[in-house]
Amino acid sequence: MLNEQTTQAKGQAIDVPTGDSTRTHAPQAGQPGEPVNRNKEANHELSIRVRDLNLWYGEHQALKNINIDIYQKNVTALIGPSGCGKSTFLRCLNRMNDLIKSVRIQGLVEMDGRDVNETKMDEVALRRRVGMVFQKPNPFPKSIYENIAYAPRMHDLVGRKAEQDELVERALRDAGLWNEVKDKLHQPGTSLSGGQQQRLCIARAIAVQPDVILMDEPTSALDPISTATIEDLMDKLKQQFTIVTVTHNMQQAARVADYTAFFHLGELIEYNDTRVMFSNPHIRKTEDYITGRYG
Amino acid sequence: MSQSFDEITAQLRRRHRRSANLKRMSMGALILAAAFLVVFIGDMLVKGLPAFQQAQIQIEVNYSEQAREIPPAAVGDDVRSLVSRGYLRLIPSRMEENPELLGTQRMEWVIADSTVDQYLKGHNSELRPKEKRVVDRLVEQGRAELRFNTTFFTTGDSRMPEMAGIAAAAMGTVMTLIVTMAVCFPVGVMTAVYLEEFAPDNHLTQIIEININNLAAVPSILFGLLGLAVYINFFGVPRSSPLVGGLTLALMTLPVIIIATRTALRSVPDGIRQAAFGVGCSRWQVVRDHVLPLSLPGILTGSIIGMAQAMGETAPLIIVGMVAFIPDVSASFTNAATVMPAQVFTWAGDPSPAFVEKTAGGILVLLAVLITLNATAVLLRKKFERRW
Ligand SMILES: Nc1ncnc2c1ncn2[C@@H]1O[C@H](COP(=O)(O)OP(=O)(O)O)[C@@H](O)[C@H]1O
Ligand SMILES: [Mg+2]
Repeated sequence: MLNEQTTQAKGQAIDVPTGDSTRTHAPQAGQPGEPVNRNKEANHELSIRVRDLNLWYGEHQALKNINIDIYQKNVTALIGPSGCGKSTFLRCLNRMNDLIKSVRIQGLVEMDGRDVNETKMDEVALRRRVGMVFQKPNPFPKSIYENIAYAPRMHDLVGRKAEQDELVERALRDAGLWNEVKDKLHQPGTSLSGGQQQRLCIARAIAVQPDVILMDEPTSALDPISTATIEDLMDKLKQQFTIVTVTHNMQQAARVADYTAFFHLGELIEYNDTRVMFSNPHIRKTEDYITGRYG
Repeated sequence: MSQSFDEITAQLRRRHRRSANLKRMSMGALILAAAFLVVFIGDMLVKGLPAFQQAQIQIEVNYSEQAREIPPAAVGDDVRSLVSRGYLRLIPSRMEENPELLGTQRMEWVIADSTVDQYLKGHNSELRPKEKRVVDRLVEQGRAELRFNTTFFTTGDSRMPEMAGIAAAAMGTVMTLIVTMAVCFPVGVMTAVYLEEFAPDNHLTQIIEININNLAAVPSILFGLLGLAVYINFFGVPRSSPLVGGLTLALMTLPVIIIATRTALRSVPDGIRQAAFGVGCSRWQVVRDHVLPLSLPGILTGSIIGMAQAMGETAPLIIVGMVAFIPDVSASFTNAATVMPAQVFTWAGDPSPAFVEKTAGGILVLLAVLITLNATAVLLRKKFERRW
């Protein structure tokens, strides 16, 4: 039983027909005695479908046969020991790996019925729909206003100045930053505190109205209070956006994520409803990691 | 076995002594360097500052019909040898321009001969005793004095030291540097941007990189030979012109700008690039909107330093003929011209004290411009210094 699940979770059951997401790729909810989902009205519409994804940095294989379905308007957390490929996987979703010269990718990352790696896919278009927040807050060294307004203007999402003002305000409100910065919109974004900078980066990401927001350890450089603020924010933002976040903080995953994926040495070991994952993981390695026996 | 304090102290004493010695030696080196600088600049100031002053005498000038034919006739016999021959030579053309002068006679302050100038400055002078007495009398009457030397800053070279100026050479330098910068800045910056942000990491780019670095170390006189062979002999660019000089200096400045730009681009944190790519910028937008603006101060600083280097360069310009005798200030890219260091070089070839003074004066002007340029570079760097 345990063995079978391991095989499944690793996605090595290659005979699984694509589309049958309940077995290997979907969270293994519905196992005996487990709640299906924390909230009944949870959205189960597919956002990104990943099949047999392999990735190499030169000779080093960093991702091995990843199969995962990411659901819309949920928070999916990626956990696992450092170096297991969480960031690498995240970057596959908006093709940020293109910027690394030695990278070779194989497999399917599908969004909206399109393979994001196909040559016809414009990575700029992809990144408009899949935004990203990085580990270290990296606001542009421009004003707070300009940090938000730059990308929408570039993508022709706004025309008149008034429209732009409105969008800046909306993005900052959604990121829970408006009250703190409304009087200093024209000061440099870099003058804010670390936590505020990170929320500015979130506001910058949501300003172009993406479908998905990727966050790579967004709170690891922040103090506990800022971290809590951002966690609350993620909870709120998932009503509008699909969020995929990397965290090395188990409690954070338990708190904010609807689904959790556990990576180890480039493999996806287990992907499940967060509650199941933390209360009754199906795989021994997951349990060991979650309970802090290694990692 | 642990050591006692005494043992450790004994060891430390040797270490302290060594570091004290090192400190003394580096202080000594610094003082020596500073002393050289002080001696050099002090010497230049002592020799060169007098060049910014020029003796003038007040005499009666008679704009007669005869003076138009024989200019020396315009001034009296007693002071004729004291007036600059260059000034006298200009009288007919001045009468041409101002016809109302004809037939008038007026007291005027005129430029004195360099012998009078040297005498008033207390140097050895070739004035004869009789002439010295005339000058002394003029000084007593307040009709001979040292005044600010406008000629030096407004005219070109002359065989007569009192009429020689640095302006034509300064203009030549400006025109030459315009050509250099017009070529180097865009080409250098774009090359660096390509190498740093776009180029694949392959053997070809590596070879190009190594060669650019080598180019920066090539003795500048070789660039002069290249300029002579390629620009003048092959492309037929006019010899001695700011165009050919500027193009030659461009060869030399290009690697400086490329290297400075690449350093500046590299100092932009990757987080900024990631952020820009993350919001959907194309590669070109990342460079144009984020990376270039942030590295601009560094690029400008590097360019100014490259320009300052080019400005002090003489050897390659001598080879392309820019040590010409240029009496007139001309803002042309294709006429023969000279540059400031070449002008200094020319003057330095004349042993007469008046020209030694000009040489030092020219060096002072050159130094002042160079220091201004470098100070601008430092200020730019300070002003745009960023904390990420
Ligand atoms: N740019 C890169 N070039 C080469 N190897 C890399 C690069 N980025 C990550 N790796 C390697 O890929 C593996 C996964 O890294 P990463 O995705 O950053 O792990 P995580 O985010 O889980 O800590 C590691 O072994 C790491 O050394
Ligand atoms: Mg990581």
